[in-house]
Amino acid sequence: MEQTFTPQDYKNQLNVRWCPGCGDHAILNVLHKAMAEVGVAPHDTVVVSGIGCSSRLPYYMNTYGMHTIHGRAAAIATGVKTANPQLTVWQISGDGDGLAIGGNHFIHAVRRNVDINMLLFNNKIYGLTKGQYSPTSARGTISKSSPYGTTEDPFIPAELCFGARGNFFARGIDVALDTTKEVLVAAARHKGASVVEILQNCVIFNNGIHTCITDKERRFDHTIHLRHGEKMLFGKDMEKGLVQDGFGLKAVTVGEDGYTMDDVLVHDAHTPSNFLHQQLAMMDGDSLPLAIGVIRDVQAPTYESDVQAQVAEVRAKKNYSGLRELILATKETWEVK
Amino acid sequence: MLENTDVRTLREVVVRFSGDSGDGMQLAGNIFSNVSAGEGNQISTFPDYPAEIRAPQGSLSGVSGFQVHVGVGVHTPGDEADVLVAMNPAALKTNLQYLKKGGVIICDSDTFRPADLKKALYTTDDPIAELGIDPKQVLLVPMTTLLKETLKDSGMDAKSIMKCKNMLALGIVCWLFERDLDAVLRKLQAKFAKKPAVYEANAKVLQAGWDFGHNTHSSLSTYRIETEATRPGIYTDVNGNTATAWGLILASEKSGRPLFLGSYPITPATDILHELAKRKDLGVKACQMEDEIAGICSAIGASYAGHLAVTSTSGPGLALKSEALGLAVIAELPLVVIDVQRGGPSTGLPTKTEQTDLFQALYGRNGESPLCVLAAASPTDCFTMAFEAARIAIEHMTPVILLTDAFIANGSSAWRIPEPGDFPEIRPNYLPQEKLEAGWRPYQRDEESLVRYWALPGTEGAQHRVGGLEKDFNTSVISTDGPNHEKMVKTRREKIARISSCIPPLSVQGNPASDTILVGWGGTYGHLLTAAAELQNHGTSVALAHFRYINPLPGNALDLLRRYDNIIVAELNTGMFADYLQSKLPGKNIRRINKIEGQPFLVHEIVDGVEEILNGNR
Repeated sequence: MEQTFTPQDYKNQLNVRWCPGCGDHAILNVLHKAMAEVGVAPHDTVVVSGIGCSSRLPYYMNTYGMHTIHGRAAAIATGVKTANPQLTVWQISGDGDGLAIGGNHFIHAVRRNVDINMLLFNNKIYGLTKGQYSPTSARGTISKSSPYGTTEDPFIPAELCFGARGNFFARGIDVALDTTKEVLVAAARHKGASVVEILQNCVIFNNGIHTCITDKERRFDHTIHLRHGEKMLFGKDMEKGLVQDGFGLKAVTVGEDGYTMDDVLVHDAHTPSNFLHQQLAMMDGDSLPLAIGVIRDVQAPTYESDVQAQVAEVRAKKNYSGLRELILATKETWEVK
Repeated sequence: MLENTDVRTLREVVVRFSGDSGDGMQLAGNIFSNVSAGEGNQISTFPDYPAEIRAPQGSLSGVSGFQVHVGVGVHTPGDEADVLVAMNPAALKTNLQYLKKGGVIICDSDTFRPADLKKALYTTDDPIAELGIDPKQVLLVPMTTLLKETLKDSGMDAKSIMKCKNMLALGIVCWLFERDLDAVLRKLQAKFAKKPAVYEANAKVLQAGWDFGHNTHSSLSTYRIETEATRPGIYTDVNGNTATAWGLILASEKSGRPLFLGSYPITPATDILHELAKRKDLGVKACQMEDEIAGICSAIGASYAGHLAVTSTSGPGLALKSEALGLAVIAELPLVVIDVQRGGPSTGLPTKTEQTDLFQALYGRNGESPLCVLAAASPTDCFTMAFEAARIAIEHMTPVILLTDAFIANGSSAWRIPEPGDFPEIRPNYLPQEKLEAGWRPYQRDEESLVRYWALPGTEGAQHRVGGLEKDFNTSVISTDGPNHEKMVKTRREKIARISSCIPPLSVQGNPASDTILVGWGGTYGHLLTAAAELQNHGTSVALAHFRYINPLPGNALDLLRRYDNIIVAELNTGMFADYLQSKLPGKNIRRINKIEGQPFLVHEIVDGVEEILNGNR
């Protein structure tokens, strides 16, 4: 029988040192639960992070872990996974760590499709350096380093992920525990680079940045929880739905304006084309509801397994016992007696 | 006509092949050196190529050279060439400076056309006279005409025919030095195994070159080069980059840790990536990453996961890797960093050689971050020192930087393939089961070596976190305590210092009893050794100490140096190693011989430098 684990098995005894009220606490707890549900043993699990508030996370795990340097977690996680594909690798980054200083590693890890679970804690601010705007801060954001408002547009993580040919993208919210657990479990089960954006609240420097979406009253009308194979419905009573509107999407109320349930789209996370996935991921919670859940989940060859397979194949073909035999077999040699 | 030819015997000979980048001079030179090695000569080669891949044909900037030194007592590619092969007037012009006084020039007279002369910036139509060359030195060969004549029935197009021109030159050189043409043909056959028609054409042209020399130039002497008995074994020729890659592979075999390379292309280190990428057939995982930083970071990840992890680069790349190196220092993970030094700063002279990354290797990181620095002395020593870098990294849980340079990385010499048992087993400092059961902490150390234990992910019960934040000496959890930090800094420093008891002591060559010691490090060894011998011939006997272990220094090094009145450090920078030694030998006045021209030393530069210093003229 396979060993089963409890969330407790992934947790260690250290005091968690995030600010009281920080969204990271909730995500950490959900991560422990998701890991227990997935069931990979703590000693087969490695959690790699960069630098930033969220990147302290590995210290609170009872798994193997590395708290590394700013922006490089994706590259280090790539090395761990490629070296030993038997390990399950989680990578934790914030929006600054993952998309600013680490943007290059982010897109290349996604492009290579290394089987790592890349969690992006997006609070749209730099917390550990005490409140500067980040690459996901909206144009005009006022912060300590942009006292008159930013004059640049942000990245939308999903768009970047699809631009890098990502095959898995999901979104969660720190306060929506069940959804977050659902997407973390799905990310872990997906073979390949899984990008999970978790909208997270920084209670000190950017408090309420996601309130228009996360507020209990507003959440129903401004978010939609997508599940593969299910109708794209939202609203307090699931009375609204998404329909095709030309090349775009439109939110309608079922039964009004001639729209019936048949018009409401069914989510297909597994379709290879990312055209509709991208449209869904780009909905911003304003005119169209923000999509949470697994938006794209498509199988593709993974980097580390192809590396491993290539090594095995070439090795079996040549069948050298070692370096000496290889040199003797392939190089011109002469003997001195 | 051969009976008329004067055969002279030489101890050693230097041949410089020069032409356009696409003229195949490197292939001709390589074959000549390989065949010579097979006849029992020592060999040393030096490619000198431009940064541009294909500079305009026939232009001065497009000339590449390949110098080969064969014979007895060969430790360098030679200061000056006995024979210069120049495939066009541009090559003649740029390479004449490397020809020994009275040396022989072989050149293609068919390229002395007005257009070619103009491209090479000649102002007259007689390049020989214009350069002040004595015509008696020159063997003018209508190579293009001969080539076309030889291959007129081959059915090959003009472009393919021209590609064989290097073999014509090689044929002439082989005649001049009585090389065995059958050995050359065997090498060509191996190279063109899948293209029999190309082989046939090259073989024909090679013979035509040999015949040309034999039939028409009885006035030139041919030469027999002395052979030297070497240590018994099976030999091959190898360049420094390939030797580096192989040394790492042997270390992987001897440590039981699979080899991982994370790298990014950079001249002149890329051939290490190329070789290890091929060595998937030995189980190597060589990953071309998105940048230099990802190169080292993926290696750090692989190291944590239990691999012998390596990143290869050159100076600018090492600069990009410095933050990650600090992580490997504080996380105390094994990591090998190969820096094939080139001319700097910035992009500098990317295809040329220097020893200017020494300070970067020793000090180029934030905070107190000591690590082990090694330097390879020759192309074949790259094998040994790559092995040593891996041994020290794994056994001492530390990053190790191995400094090689463009000169030894691209140069090659004959190398005895190690026998099983020539190199020791490498013993990783694995976490013992009893330590694990006794409540192990990740920064717990071996009391003698101060090395922490290596627990590999996948091991049940040994889950642990490492990282860039300072850790408590006892509990291994994050600590910002001041005294603890100082203790950790000193512990990490002492851990590196204690490596000195695990490396070979410094040995002295030349005349140890002299009151003068000539000191070098890294890729200048051959030049210093030859210079010491030459000084001896001049009646100035010196001792010679050559360093391959830079940090820590061998345990006996400073006491040994203190015995000498005159310490002269020769290096290809403005005096970094001299400064480094000076800081450790405050009472001594360390003298210097320096060169920063992107080229290796010439032996006479060192000889002259030593004599000037000792005569008080410097």
